[in-house]
Amino acid sequence: MTIGLGHYLTVAAILFTIGIFGIFLNRKNVIIILMSIELILLAVNVNLVAFSAFLGDLVGQIYALLVLTVAAAEAAIGLAILVAYYRNRGSIAVEDINLMKG
Amino acid sequence: MIFPALFFYLFAGVCIAAAVMVIAARNPVHSVLFLILAFVNAAALFVLLGAEFLAMILIIVYVGAVLVLFLFVVMMLDVDFAELRQGFIQYLPIGAFLGVILLIELVLVLVSWTIGPDVQRTIATPIPPIASMVNAEALGQVLYTRYVYFFQAAGVVLLVAMIGAIVLTLRHKPHVKRQNIAEQVARTKATAIDIVKVRPGQGL
Repeated sequence: MTIGLGHYLTVAAILFTIGIFGIFLNRKNVIIILMSIELILLAVNVNLVAFSAFLGDLVGQIYALLVLTVAAAEAAIGLAILVAYYRNRGSIAVEDINLMKG
Repeated sequence: MIFPALFFYLFAGVCIAAAVMVIAARNPVHSVLFLILAFVNAAALFVLLGAEFLAMILIIVYVGAVLVLFLFVVMMLDVDFAELRQGFIQYLPIGAFLGVILLIELVLVLVSWTIGPDVQRTIATPIPPIASMVNAEALGQVLYTRYVYFFQAAGVVLLVAMIGAIVLTLRHKPHVKRQNIAEQVARTKATAIDIVKVRPGQGL
């Protein structure tokens, strides 16, 4: 029983789906939505590293490194916005975030 | 041959179970802790794939910094999380519906897909054999030469994120004395000293 590329892609697909599902499920909680986005980016990274390993190309791992960088920046900015918003409004519920009438 | 498969199923199973618990946990602190578990197991999967450097980066940078930041923010914000869970059941059907559709699409892509015959010839930077060079060294030899601009762009992204986070969260409280350097530098003899002639015998 050998583990192939398809196994890793399946894991990544399931992680991605769980991330999407989490965004729908916790529509009121911004923190869980941010965590779901982290899960989605993790799924992307698993895909990149799996293709890199099975095709023997190192570029996939470099892309995974860049995705990791962007994900870290996104998490930092997102949490900073969250903290600033909480200071101003005293709430982080998604339906209260309607100042721009979007 | 059996051990890599066994460990793959162990790590993948724990990773997926932890991911499910991230979105299903009642307490956001538990969600963050399950997210840490999911990332650690994903790092183990990376080790199985031979990407040791990325696995260590995932644990040190991601679990060590980003997820701890999440934990920090969750604990810092005093929010009634039970109220935020309202509508969980209400959104469950539509979320499950869309999730199942997405999963079916991904599985359809997965089973109907093959690697093209000429992919092996178009590989940009082949992975060197592990006996000659470890993963971190191979990655560094590519990252600092051919992809150095991407590396610097990543650095700029992190710098902008750092400045943005500081600008967003910096707050000057009133009633706190601060040093105003421009004001100090702009002082002259005329503005700083007031010479008062006092006549003898009279006070001020």
